[in-house]
Amino acid sequence: MAKTATGAKALQPGMAGFAGDWSSDQRAFKNVHWGKAMMWIFLLSDTFIFSCFLLSYMTVRWSTTVPWPNPSEVFGLSVGGVEVPLLLIAIMTFILISSSGTMAMAVNYGYRKNRKVTTYLILLTALFGASFVGMQAFEWSKLIHEGVRPWSNPFGAPQFGSAFFMITGFHGFHVSIGVIFLLIVARKVWRGDYDRGDRGYFTTMKGGYEHVETMGLYWHFVDLVWVFIFAFFYLW
Amino acid sequence: MSDITQDDVGYVAPAENAEQDLYHPKSWITKYVFCQDAKVIAIQYASTAIAIGLVALVLSWLMRLQLGFPDSFSFIEPADYYQFITAHGMIMVVYLLTALFLGGFGNYMIPLMVGARDMAFPYVNMVSYWVYLTAVLVLIASFFVPGGPTGAGWTLYPPQAILSGTPGSDGGIILMLVSLALFIVGFTMGGLNYVVTVLQSRTRGMTLMRMPLTIWGIFTATVLALLAFPALFVGAIMMLLDRILGTSFFMPSIVELGEHLSYSGGSPILFQHLFWFFGHPEVYIVALPAFGIVSDLIAVHSRRHIFGYRMMVWAIVIIGALSFVVWAHHMYVSGMNPYFGFFFATTTLIIAIPTALKVYNWTLTLWKGNIRLNTPMLFAIGFIVTFLNGGITGLFLGNVAIDVPLSDTMFVVAHFHMVMGVAPMLVVFGAIYHWYPLITGKMYSEALGKFHFWVTFLGAYLIYFPMHYLGFVGVPRRYFELGDTQIFTESVGQLNAFISIMTFIVGFAQIVFFYNMFRSYIVGKKSEMNPWGAASLEWMTPEMPPGHGNWGKSLPLVYRWAYDYGVPGARDDFIPQNMAPKDVPMEKKARKSTRKRKS
Ligand code: HEM
Ligand SMILES: [Cu+2]
Repeated sequence: MAKTATGAKALQPGMAGFAGDWSSDQRAFKNVHWGKAMMWIFLLSDTFIFSCFLLSYMTVRWSTTVPWPNPSEVFGLSVGGVEVPLLLIAIMTFILISSSGTMAMAVNYGYRKNRKVTTYLILLTALFGASFVGMQAFEWSKLIHEGVRPWSNPFGAPQFGSAFFMITGFHGFHVSIGVIFLLIVARKVWRGDYDRGDRGYFTTMKGGYEHVETMGLYWHFVDLVWVFIFAFFYLW
Repeated sequence: MSDITQDDVGYVAPAENAEQDLYHPKSWITKYVFCQDAKVIAIQYASTAIAIGLVALVLSWLMRLQLGFPDSFSFIEPADYYQFITAHGMIMVVYLLTALFLGGFGNYMIPLMVGARDMAFPYVNMVSYWVYLTAVLVLIASFFVPGGPTGAGWTLYPPQAILSGTPGSDGGIILMLVSLALFIVGFTMGGLNYVVTVLQSRTRGMTLMRMPLTIWGIFTATVLALLAFPALFVGAIMMLLDRILGTSFFMPSIVELGEHLSYSGGSPILFQHLFWFFGHPEVYIVALPAFGIVSDLIAVHSRRHIFGYRMMVWAIVIIGALSFVVWAHHMYVSGMNPYFGFFFATTTLIIAIPTALKVYNWTLTLWKGNIRLNTPMLFAIGFIVTFLNGGITGLFLGNVAIDVPLSDTMFVVAHFHMVMGVAPMLVVFGAIYHWYPLITGKMYSEALGKFHFWVTFLGAYLIYFPMHYLGFVGVPRRYFELGDTQIFTESVGQLNAFISIMTFIVGFAQIVFFYNMFRSYIVGKKSEMNPWGAASLEWMTPEMPPGHGNWGKSLPLVYRWAYDYGVPGARDDFIPQNMAPKDVPMEKKARKSTRKRKS
């Protein structure tokens, strides 16, 4: 066990380090910013929310007596007279996953204190996020035009519309919140708040570039959840 | 943040936590109303919870009036009765006990007991309280909408919860669900705070295995809540959609008053699963903080270290984990596959092992202790007895074959009131008496406290013991009146009347408690510092009550666990957690060394 002059131990890798951290004082996750720890725990809780939504969707899909509509037909788009199944969703998924990439880069540039590039990358992420929400709005209005309602739809089981609007709505709400916070973080990075450690307007807490990472965690989570929604709702 | 960890605290000065960044209030409003100090938030939480709890108490009186003296009170209609029962149950479980243990005791005790200046995110903590208050106000508002509050029972089972035959199916059920959703949002904000504070902002020397059990209980309960409330949240949202938009998540096709409703194909059992996936952990969200607090009360007031500290910690954690795999024991009569019943009965009975272990350890802590039978200790002992009693009836109910006939009888009512009504309330009282000097700086009246204990404790047994019997003879729960049911003898009615009278006596006796609290606050004698001779950190603040930032100039440095009572060789019968080994005053004819406890 490496000891420094003051009796402090250096961080160790592996299981021994894990046990050491948890049996140590002050913090269980060494070098983890409070905000980041909080975000991880929040996301764990949120995972339970989305899991409950998806499990409930599976249950009603199984309990309903009317056949389930075929998602690849319902979610098809006709381009130049050709029916392409799941086209819009494919594009949306692609965009959202790309936004995770730009977010990861933003975190990286943030820690290098590259203000300008970080801002641009966050803004780009927000743009991707906003266009995802926009396309979702398009998809909703298209389905509504075709007569899909939360309580009924022309294609089959009424639970199809219910689960669709509820789950994509709840996810879209997460994305929208994310976009708003991305814009706020982008503004702070741009102004240099994180370089100077300015205090937040509401929280009066000092900010640093860790906030970009915390924001990134949320964003990746929302993205990951979408993958599950995509798999369970659109592909199944 | 640095790359090194400080463990060997013997010769390292306490470090300020670089991330702790206290907010200093600038005006009266930010100091007392929108306050970010966890101690003030704790008191706001606790007072709100107790206030709404009193509403629930009055509701229970109204119910008892009807049950004890049917046909005598014409102002209680069957519909009212169901509304009372629902609001009573929901308020007691969620808005009183959960908020009081986690929002109240959690906020007050966590920073003090782990040696932090405040919660990790004071602003979020403050918002948490205001969202909670909004949830409470929405709940109260449901009493005033047309149709009144919902009468669906605290379990809110669909389909009946949203059908028009149930009282309060207009606005009441909507406001109930909205209020629950708000409560969960508010709780999540607070809960994240509690967890992060315990994990990431302990003071130097405070390892997880040196934390008082109070903190372990509150911490584990908060983790449970963060993982269990999502199920209720999702259930509430889906039921709102069913009710408002006419979706059919929980609604099968139904004929009501000869009319075929537009619902079809939903699954009512799905709601039960979601509800109990929350509901069973919820009982431990209430029980675990009580376990933790009672351990500390017993240790302090019997001047003994808690027996088997490590076992106690692991028992809390294991109970918490197991509580997620037993939920369907509430659904034995819902038409479940018998194999599931077998699985859930097994897991349910397994929980009894760590629970029993805790009871043994409490008893062993008392054994040969230097017991001081003051008010907090009486309440603590009262808890052990009551909890044991409720736990044993739980073992009966956990077995499918025994539960099926007992389910939905007064026996179940007796079980859960013993185990999650009376027992945690005894801890709440004990804890309030115990920490009253810390929070107010004054001493309460011991005589009134003891009187309060005996009336409450004996009264609770006189109320709930007969209910077991009523359950055995088959008296159903949630019945407005029994009428001339042939199978019930006259004695059932007499017993019911007796219970009702006791309810009033016990309820009114609580006035003694409030009188004691208010009077002592104003004219009580000033308490000395650390009046109980407790070793844990919350009593070591430079001022009492603790000031803003808790610790004055520098954070405390912790050298030992929270239970160094009666250490051989030491002069005093306790050693504070933050006293360095070399400073411990020794007995005059000192033997060579103090027994040094590792961690
Ligand atoms: C070894 C311990 C325990 C066992 C085996 C156990 C078992 C059970 C069972 C099987 C039921 C369902 C009865 C029925 O509806 O037919 C039940 C109900 C209940 N239990 Fe427990 N229990 C235990 C401990 C607790 C604890 C610690 C609490 C709370 C702190 C608690 C609170 C409740 C509540 C509130 C209900 C009633 C729910 C309702 O139907 O409205 N139980 N218990
Ligand atoms: Cu249970």
